[in-house]
Amino acid sequence: MEDQTVLLAMVVNGKSVEVQIAPDELLVDVLRDRLGLTGTKVGCNEGECGACTVIMEGQAVLSCLIPAMRAQGKQITTIEGLNDGDSLHPLQQAFVEHGAVQCGYCIPGFIMSAKALLDRNAHPTRDEIKEAVAGNLCRCTGYVKILEAIESVAKQDR
Amino acid sequence: MWQSYEMPTSVEEALQALARFDGQAQLIAGGTDLIIELQEGRHTVECLVDVTRIPGLDQIEQQDGWITIGPNVTFRQIKESPLLRDQARALVEAAGTVGALQIQTVATLAGNIASSLPAADGSVALLAFDAEVQVASLAAREWHPVDELFLGPGKSAVDPARQMITAIRFPSPQGRHGSAWERIGRRRALVLPILNCAVSVVLDVEGLIVEGARVGLGPVAPVPFRARDTEDFLAGKPASQETFEQAAQIAAGEAKPRTSVLRASKEYRTRVLPVLVRQSLVRAVDQARERAI
Repeated sequence: MEDQTVLLAMVVNGKSVEVQIAPDELLVDVLRDRLGLTGTKVGCNEGECGACTVIMEGQAVLSCLIPAMRAQGKQITTIEGLNDGDSLHPLQQAFVEHGAVQCGYCIPGFIMSAKALLDRNAHPTRDEIKEAVAGNLCRCTGYVKILEAIESVAKQDR
Repeated sequence: MWQSYEMPTSVEEALQALARFDGQAQLIAGGTDLIIELQEGRHTVECLVDVTRIPGLDQIEQQDGWITIGPNVTFRQIKESPLLRDQARALVEAAGTVGALQIQTVATLAGNIASSLPAADGSVALLAFDAEVQVASLAAREWHPVDELFLGPGKSAVDPARQMITAIRFPSPQGRHGSAWERIGRRRALVLPILNCAVSVVLDVEGLIVEGARVGLGPVAPVPFRARDTEDFLAGKPASQETFEQAAQIAAGEAKPRTSVLRASKEYRTRVLPVLVRQSLVRAVDQARERAI
């Protein structure tokens, strides 16, 4: 029903955006296909892999399970919102330094889950980190380097 | 998947929106089950009525001998609630085993009840607390025991095209009480349980006798299962290892787990179930004994 569009107004990565969408679009599709923010990935498209994780109102959510209209008036942060395009966010830098990235497809989701955790709890324990990223799957790294990367940022005084 | 998306700001408005679509609209809260069902085309709707913007429905309160959980309360809120941690530990532990954090952040206990799945962690946990659910229609709001709402796998007595769950409540546990949750799955996150188990107990003042117990189990029947024979056996028995072991065997006898190709065989489930029952009884009783009364 592409002819029946509705206006979605939200704040994405600190900028107000207004976009005409079909009422049944999902947040991940609006971010990727209408706003061009393809850093957010689609893995399983059914809430089982975490690749589509974005931060909505301060909390990590799966954008493949969120009707886009629910984001009306909300603050959304995607991986593109973490840096200015020149320098890396400390989490991104840590993932590079710890070799926590192999194919890379799951990494934006991991970083968004980790950011949501660190924004609420700057110095989480290893168990708290594990809990925060338990909803993100990685088939390459074996997770250890990912946990080490996040932990290294958790130990920094930022 | 749907042609319109409404965000009412009152229960009345939500029910009127459903009525306007005469069965072709459905309520959505967290949507973590519903969106997948709609994506897979398992059913179709013309309109989704999103209840998450209705104010005041996201509270957890204790008043007049009841603990009441609003229909928009998420598993994450339950997991982080100090009140529920103290009063209904099994529910808190169950909330922490649903999906993963991103799911817990949006999925609601009310939605878990409405989905009526035999393995539903939140629903199985509620069986241990004599929970009641308030269901609203345009005509009335009525309380129902939670287990009366489960009609079959995916089949709930609550009609999401005409009704809305508006509250969940259970009596504030009294005296020397405790509860615990055990769950086994292939991983510790993002999987449905092979088995789950919620137990609550009330002990006598000395902490020696089980005055009463509730046992919820899943998935061992078409709906979340209350192990009433096990509960009857426990009432009045000494809170001892021998009692727990016998109770675990009775639970294994009254549960009827099936083989599922994806998760586990009937034989495996039947062997593991008593272990979960025993472990949760031990932890629930320890908690009750440590309680200052």
